[in-house]
Parts: sequence; structure tokens; C-alpha cells
Amino acid sequence: MSAAIDPEARGSWTLALRRYLLRRLPPEHLLPERQPAFVRSWTYVLGAITLASLVWVVISGAVCAFFGPQWWHVSPQGRFFNSLHFWGTQVFFVFMVLHLWAQFFGAGWRDGRALTWVTGVLLFVLSIGTAFTGYLSQENFDSQWIGVNAKDAMNGAGIGAFFNVLNFGQMYGLHVLLLPGGLLLFVAVHLLLVRMRGVVRPLSETPR
Amino acid sequence: MDNPATYLHWGFILISVPNAALILGMIVLFVLALLAPFPGHSGDRSEEHRER
Repeated sequence: MSAAIDPEARGSWTLALRRYLLRRLPPEHLLPERQPAFVRSWTYVLGAITLASLVWVVISGAVCAFFGPQWWHVSPQGRFFNSLHFWGTQVFFVFMVLHLWAQFFGAGWRDGRALTWVTGVLLFVLSIGTAFTGYLSQENFDSQWIGVNAKDAMNGAGIGAFFNVLNFGQMYGLHVLLLPGGLLLFVAVHLLLVRMRGVVRPLSETPR
Repeated sequence: MDNPATYLHWGFILISVPNAALILGMIVLFVLALLAPFPGHSGDRSEEHRER
């Protein structure tokens, strides 16, 4: 290859990006085969269970979205997948909060991990919004009750004009597309940051 | 399931029994996660933790 068409010589942005990614995300950090000894604790499993339950929620939600509200309310299979989606969400929130407790009391933002903590907080807020629009999308008396009560809160907060909790189409669109899209994007960023920095050392093993 | 939940009331604290049970269960799970032994080998403590 001549120097004239050498991307390196021309300052190629793809080469620069590739070098940056390889420097920040070497394959051995993305998919490590070994972990530090202190990872051998159940507290480090809490985030993994949260992620596993999210996978269940996404799969069961995709099945429900495909067949529609009549199916998930009437047929035994639909009710089963609706229940998987609902209880998967309960497990997701329980273990997300346990993961939050573990990271809070273990000061998981230490040693350059502030952005990991911040993306976790964003994920928590996004999850609440996604679950809320999910409760509004149930298409039953429960969702009507929640919607009628929540509209006053939305109006009180001044966002009722463009976030109408009584508009099923808007809430359903937010629940199945925009909010989960944002959620999955931030989950990917959160996991990448965990891989880039490694898991935080316990306070008891931190050199003083 | 269709009946209203029973509520516990101490001073300014008002919480339904299902919510209180869930929070208690989460606290128990958290303590177990801290104290329960992890299965498998005891681990190689000499392994270095990567930090960049």
C-alpha cells in the first residue's frame, strides 16, 4: 500500500475510532475469563439477576405485543405470558433495588466509576417510567384507576399537556418502543462501563 | 385479591401489609447476599483486580 492511500497517513477517522475503542475496550476486558477473588460473593450476583429478569420481561413483552390485549386478557397462554411479564417486572425491580443498596453501601462509584453510578440512576428512573406506562397499558379497570388518579399528578407537575396518561396509544407507544429503547441503550452503556472499569473492590479490601 | 389490603399504622408511618412484607423480604435477601457463602472454590486471592 502506498503512502498516498494509507489511512494512517491521512488521519482516517475509522482508524482513530478503532484505535480508541481497542484502547478503551480491549477484548480481554469485554469478555474476561477470570474475575478478582472478591467477586465470589452473592452481592455481585444481584445485578446479574436484574439483567436476567430484564431479558424475561423483554421476551414476554414482545410476545404480548405481537398478539395484543385481547389475547393477553382472554386466552390461557396470553394470561400466562402477561403474568410472566408482570412478575418478571416485580423480580426486576426487587433485584435492581438490592443491587442499588449493594452499590450504595459499597460506594460503587469509587475509582473513576462515577459514570457507571450515574447511568445506573438513569436506568432506575427510566425503569419507573417504563413500568408506569406498562401499568397504564394493561387495558383493564386497574389501568383506568391508575390513569385517572395519575392525570392529576401529571397536571400538577405541569406535564399533563404532552404526557396524557389517559391516552392509551401514547402510553402504549412509550411503553413498547421509546422507553424500552432508552432502557436497553443505557443498559448497554452501563455494562460497557462495568467492563471498562471492572467491578469495584469491596471497602474492606481497599488499601488505606 | 380483590379486597383492600390491611394497613399497619404507627404514628406517621402508614404501610400496607403486602408492601411491608416485600420490604422485609428484600432486607432478608440483602443480608443473606452479604453473609451466605458463595458456592465453589475459595478463590485465588492473589489475582490482581484490573483498574484503569
